[in-house]
Order: sequence, then structure tokens, then C-alpha cells
Amino acid sequence: MTDKQIITTPISNEDISNLKIGDVIYLTGMLATCRDDGHRRVVESNRFPDFDLKGMSILHAGPIVKTIPGAGYEMISIGPTTSRRMEAYESEFIEKTGVKIVIGKGGMGAKTAAACKAFNALHCVFPGGCAVTAATEVEEIVGLEWADFGMPEAFWIMRVKNFGPLIVSIDTKGHNLFELNKIEFEKKKELALKNLLPHVHYSHG
Amino acid sequence: MPHKKLESIISSLLEVTAIKLPTDVYASLQKMRAEETQTLACELYSCIFDNLDKAELLHRPLCQDTGVLQFFIRAGAHFPHLDILEESIFTATKLATESVPLRHNTVECFTEKNTGNNTGKLSPWIEWEIIPGDDLHIDVYMAGGGCSLPGRSKVLMPLEGYEGVAKFVFDTIVDWGVNACPPLVVGVGIGTCAATAAILSKKALLRKVGSVNANPQAADMERMIKEGLDSIGIGPLGLTGTKSVQCVNIEFAGHHPATLAVGVTVGCWATRRGSIDISADLASYAITSHS
Ligand code: SF4
Repeated sequence: MTDKQIITTPISNEDISNLKIGDVIYLTGMLATCRDDGHRRVVESNRFPDFDLKGMSILHAGPIVKTIPGAGYEMISIGPTTSRRMEAYESEFIEKTGVKIVIGKGGMGAKTAAACKAFNALHCVFPGGCAVTAATEVEEIVGLEWADFGMPEAFWIMRVKNFGPLIVSIDTKGHNLFELNKIEFEKKKELALKNLLPHVHYSHG
Repeated sequence: MPHKKLESIISSLLEVTAIKLPTDVYASLQKMRAEETQTLACELYSCIFDNLDKAELLHRPLCQDTGVLQFFIRAGAHFPHLDILEESIFTATKLATESVPLRHNTVECFTEKNTGNNTGKLSPWIEWEIIPGDDLHIDVYMAGGGCSLPGRSKVLMPLEGYEGVAKFVFDTIVDWGVNACPPLVVGVGIGTCAATAAILSKKALLRKVGSVNANPQAADMERMIKEGLDSIGIGPLGLTGTKSVQCVNIEFAGHHPATLAVGVTVGCWATRRGSIDISADLASYAITSHS
């Protein structure tokens, strides 16, 4: 790919307001991991990480990190986790933190789409499972917070370069790629079943 | 020292399984990539293969979620080290967690604390089968979170028939499969109760991609469900494409006339399973899942 569309943190509203669902972007700058426990802590307990998320991006991910004695941490493997698990909390999380890009895998629901529209944010997907590629796009782990959650759930702060491909799944207008796909999938499922069912009537006769 | 020997054999199986895809899954993804025509889907297949290359080159787990480990043992009734096998599996798991490294996944129930070494109560999970002979066969499966989420089983009324079974599979895949890193390996189990249908669906997942069911009707149903799912065009990572799944495998058991239970378990594009044959004296072993 020749003309990679690169978004750099801190992210302004203008940087992302023209992006549409299905667009492919790459991220350069600061990215923090935050998943189930981190979302619960922010939303339910109103506790925030020291690292200010305003204009930044988060990744729904639980990485494998190696501790290098005396030299910090090395990112071994990091890939997105299922975003749908965070659906109940994400809209409030976006509102409270001012985060601009939420990255994960699979789609998110109507509540998150509404928050993306209201607060000018994006949900993007990184190709699930491509965790070594992602790790090689992490330049450095610059911080660790909430280590009490354990390795996968902790809040790892990373500097990344050309992190992607990221496919925009919810844009700042609130359009939702996965929801639209789902409608198509449902239609095709009904058709497929209609064709299939007459052929699987196995019985004693 | 049979302990040490078994531990190191099993931990080397875990290492290969975390870093490389089994030969059949790799070949099936290559085929799907070659047959894909949509632009974004082609790009996503490129990401997948680029990631597989990097994992092998850097000798790292190909997906960060190395799962909770599940072992399916077929042990010869005369295999001489049955008494230490379970302990060896637990130790090997701890060793591999450090050395590969594997992600710390296992959390204990109720305290919800991560044990930090991938062992815990009944974790790794072990299924036993005793077979004639004196050697040992182990299949290990790395049950990732994302790909375990869609799994479910249900007891149908018999009159819902195989139509009900097919519908249950389609609903499960379209509702939840999209987020489980497709193209999926779909395991379907049919039996008497929720538990047997579920375990059979897991065993179906352990069958090779591309293997044909010995029962002709089951083989037909596998093919037809696969074609139907493919026509939905879920594509790699659920972002649409020309196909949906790597395969549909069905395993089944004679069932009660008043019930027809169905279970679905899926594996992601990164279906990591490893198989090994170990001789009775532990002097030789062969990893049969990977070339
Ligand atoms: S579903 Fe599979 S490929 Fe995707 S993140 Fe989970 S384990 Fe990895």
C-alpha cells in the first residue's frame, strides 16, 4: 500500500471527522491497553489512570509482555480482544476520558455508536489474532498502571508507529459497519436456511 | 527420570502449538486466501500470513491469546506412566508459560485471581480415553477467549429434527461467530444432553480441517452446512468476503428418543491444536499435527 492514511496522537476532532466506515488507517503515537477490568474501574469506581487519555487511543487487548530485568518490558505479542464485551461501559468511558480512537476486534453496539457520534470518536478493528505483527509495531512500552489486574488486564502504555491496518467500524457520524454487515448476514442466513432445510430432514421414515 | 522427560516432551508440544498453525489449518487458510476475490478480505489474509511468518521468524506465539489449555488424552491401557501424566501436564504447562512465553490466562473461580502460571483447579482441563496398547497420544487445544465465546449447546425436541440442528448452527455462527476471528473451524456435536453434545462438538473441532466424515449422511450434512454458511460471506475477521468458514465437522452419539441435543464449538482462523504420539519408554515421540 502506497498512501497509508496515518493518524497521529494527540488526535483532534478534525483528524478523524471525515473518516468513514470501511476506511483503513494507521496510528502513530500513544496507545494504551484497556479491557474489562480497566473499563469497570473507570466507569464504576471513577478511578482514572495517571496517563491522560484525552485525544489518545485505547486498545482492547491483553498482551504477552516479557520483563527484561533492569531494562523495562518487551512486547512479545499483542492483539485485539472482543470489543463487544466492553459495550456496556464504552460510551461512558469515551465520555469520561475523552479518548478518540477505541481499537478492538469485532463490532460494538448502538450505545457505543451513539457515543462516537456525540463525542467525535471512532471504533476501529485491528485484524484479530495478528498479534506478532502488532507487537512489531509497538516501539516501546512507556508505562504500566493497574498491574494489580494481572498481565492481560493491566493498563499498558505504548508508543506505536504505523499501528494497523485499522478498519474504521464506527465513524464519527455513528455509522456502524458491523451492524450493517449483520443485517446483510441475517438476510443471507435466512436464504441459506431456506435452501438447506429441505435436505436435512433425516428421519426413521 | 520419567517425570522430567514427559514434562519436557509436553512442553515442547505446547511451544510448537503456540507458535505455528497445524499443517491442515495452514493449508486451509492458504486455499481460502487463493480463492478470495474481495479487496479488503485479500488484504486481511495478507495480514494473517504476514503475522504467521513473523511468529515463526521471531519464535513467538502467533496470537497473544494462547488460551486455557485443554488436553485430550488417548492412553494405552498399558502405558507405564499413567500415574504421573496429570502431574507432568501441569508442570509442563507452568514451564511453557515461562519459556514460550504463554499469556497468563487461568483465573481461579470466585476469587477471580489470575494464578500467573496457567494452572488452577481442573486447569488445564484433561479428558481421558483409555485405548488398547502401551503408547500415548495427546491432543492439546489452546482455547482462546474470543473463539470460546460463541460456543453453546441446547437440547432440542426431537421433532425439531436436523432442521433444528442446522438452524442452531447458523444462528450461533451469525450471532457470535463474526467476532471470533473467522474463518472459523466449526465443530458440531449431536447427542442426548447438553453436556454430551458439547463435548462431541469439541471433539469435532479436533478433527482435521478437510477430513471427511465416515458416515455418509453426516458427511453430506457437513458439506451442506458449510456451503450454506459460505454463502453468507462472513469473510476473514467478519469483515465480509467470499467464504465464511474453514470447515464444518460433526461428531455424534446415539441419543435418547425424546431428546436431540446439539452443541457448537468454534475455533478461530488461528485454531491451535497440537498432536503428539509418545512411545511407552518415552524414548521417542512424534508431533503429528505440524510439519
Ligand atoms: S479468537 Fe483466536 S485468533 Fe482471535 S484473538 Fe482469540 S485466540 Fe486469537
